[in-house]
Amino acid sequence: MSILRNILTTAAVASALMAGAAQAETTRIALVVKALGIGFFEAAHKGAEEAAKELGDVEIIYTGPTDTTAEGQIEVINSLIAQRVDAIAVSANDTDALVPTLKKAMDRGITVISWDSGVAPEGRMMNLNPSSAPLIGNTIIKLAADHLPEGGEVAVLSATTTSTNQNTWIEEMNKVAGNYPDVKVVGTVYGDDLADKSYREAQGLMQTYPNLKAIIAPTSVGIVAAAQAVTDAGKIGQVNVTGLGLPSEMAGHVKSGASKSFAIWNPIDLGYSATMIAYHLTKGEAKAEPGATIPIGRMGSVTLDDNNEAAMADPFTYDASNIDQFSSVF
Amino acid sequence: MSTALRHSERQIPDRLTRPAARALKSWESLLAIVAIGIFVLNAWASPYFLDPWNLSDASFNFTEKAMIAFAMAMLIIAGEIDLSVGAIIALASTVMGVAMTAGAPTPVLVLLGLGTGLACGAFNGMLVARFGLPSIVVTIGTMSLFRGISYIILGDGAFTGYPDSFAWFGQGYVFWVITVELVIFTLAALVFGVLLHRTSFGRTVYAIGNNSVAARFSGIRVDRVRFILFLLTGLMSGIAAICLTSRLGSTRPSIASGFELEVVTIVVLGGVSILGGSGSIVGVVLAALVMGLVTFGLGLLNVPGIVMSVVVGALLIAVIAVPRLWAMARAKSRKR
Repeated sequence: MSILRNILTTAAVASALMAGAAQAETTRIALVVKALGIGFFEAAHKGAEEAAKELGDVEIIYTGPTDTTAEGQIEVINSLIAQRVDAIAVSANDTDALVPTLKKAMDRGITVISWDSGVAPEGRMMNLNPSSAPLIGNTIIKLAADHLPEGGEVAVLSATTTSTNQNTWIEEMNKVAGNYPDVKVVGTVYGDDLADKSYREAQGLMQTYPNLKAIIAPTSVGIVAAAQAVTDAGKIGQVNVTGLGLPSEMAGHVKSGASKSFAIWNPIDLGYSATMIAYHLTKGEAKAEPGATIPIGRMGSVTLDDNNEAAMADPFTYDASNIDQFSSVF
Repeated sequence: MSTALRHSERQIPDRLTRPAARALKSWESLLAIVAIGIFVLNAWASPYFLDPWNLSDASFNFTEKAMIAFAMAMLIIAGEIDLSVGAIIALASTVMGVAMTAGAPTPVLVLLGLGTGLACGAFNGMLVARFGLPSIVVTIGTMSLFRGISYIILGDGAFTGYPDSFAWFGQGYVFWVITVELVIFTLAALVFGVLLHRTSFGRTVYAIGNNSVAARFSGIRVDRVRFILFLLTGLMSGIAAICLTSRLGSTRPSIASGFELEVVTIVVLGGVSILGGSGSIVGVVLAALVMGLVTFGLGLLNVPGIVMSVVVGALLIAVIAVPRLWAMARAKSRKR
């Protein structure tokens, strides 16, 4: 018994010491995503690792729940607080529900930032937007309008009714819809970011609106499902699918013509920038306050607005001319 | 008829095993060993595990679900099930949100949360007990119904800005690291433990689960007991709704989605027969601890959630299948 106990104690002490030593040397930054197994976030992870390599003394903990629930994300964040990580960079499933937990993290000295899908201001030090919502809102309707010289009916296939991102973008899109008078937005449906449900909703759109000319899906799950639905319905060339998607998942549909073009910012850049910001804030080399400028390595720098929010870059359009170049990247 | 056939296969042993041996061989002691094993493994694998504050944070992984699991255990023992518990939380939370927006103080919010839970439970109970509909069908229906109402009221919006005093339920501490939720969990375990194991009401629950027809002929008011069990499940869902809403500090219609399956998982892992008729509250408490320890322990090691759900699934199947396989192996060797 006593030998076993000795071994166990030694092992526990040793691992505690090792962890202690590791902690002193490296900055541990946790990249918390909406759910694991999503291509977009895997790409962001790649960017975070790139930043870690550049900075040298950074360890990335890439984690998230299995499905996109706030409750699942809170469990993950609680275990990160328990591990006393140095920084948490989170893409939130819920703007408000994470606030109490993230406040607790900040109380215990952890740097907390949100990226991609933001947290309410009291639950984070700063929020990094991949782009600005007005630019994205304008881009998604412009992509549809570019291929509709005659105008016509378009419909939106969104994620869930509670998705912070999609709701903001659609709101911004509706604000500028007046600039595209020939394009008529006839409705919005929700595919819940589930492939099968999005597919059925897209089918439903084509049945409800026989004159539909384009489907705008500002979600990487929805756009693929919609393109597949259009292909299966034999309506390539008749209904154009556009919105926000991942080059690797959309390459086939761009080549088949189901989607003439779509946009996305670079998630690699986003993970990279979030890591850079978390690092500089943790090291005290930058402050999260309105007007502050934070360097983000090869991406330049961002400047915080009155809400401590910053926009990284403009969304980028992908079409047949450049899809091959990017489809192997993310 | 089929239930009568199933139960006729049960055998009455010639000699009962001694209580001490029975306790040692019981499901609960197996679970207790598993729980202790996981605890030791966690403590060994992560230097952060044995920290009172961390364990206190980790308790949130199971407290709310376990509160409902106690009532659900009694319901399943009686041969019924309630799959609408997650939706009841959503509706109760939404009702509290509406009241909060109208300026209601914390005590009113709490009463409304409890009241909504009870009302939903009564609705389920009425459909099952009064109209004799199968509970699985009824509660699959009310699962969509209750959450649907939340979606109609909230749409893509959210209720935020609950009063500070309301935060006490989900974020408050009674003493040192002992959270309010942990106290509610403990009290609920005691109340349900006494109710199921020490009262005549508890005996009638087992009787109904084993043979509802015989129970009815013995003078048990079967439908009334069923109705009360649905009420209790609704009430516990209401309490869980108060805790969860308070902990999140906000309400969205997607709140507590998937809770029903996790609650049923805890109940089944706790040794409650999904066919009804057997199970204990101690088992459910231990199962809740096992689930909480496993998810927190794996979380500390940064095991991806996908792997975590595989582990939980494997654990459930293993714990259910091993005794069955063991019994089959023994029966085979006895025949030889």
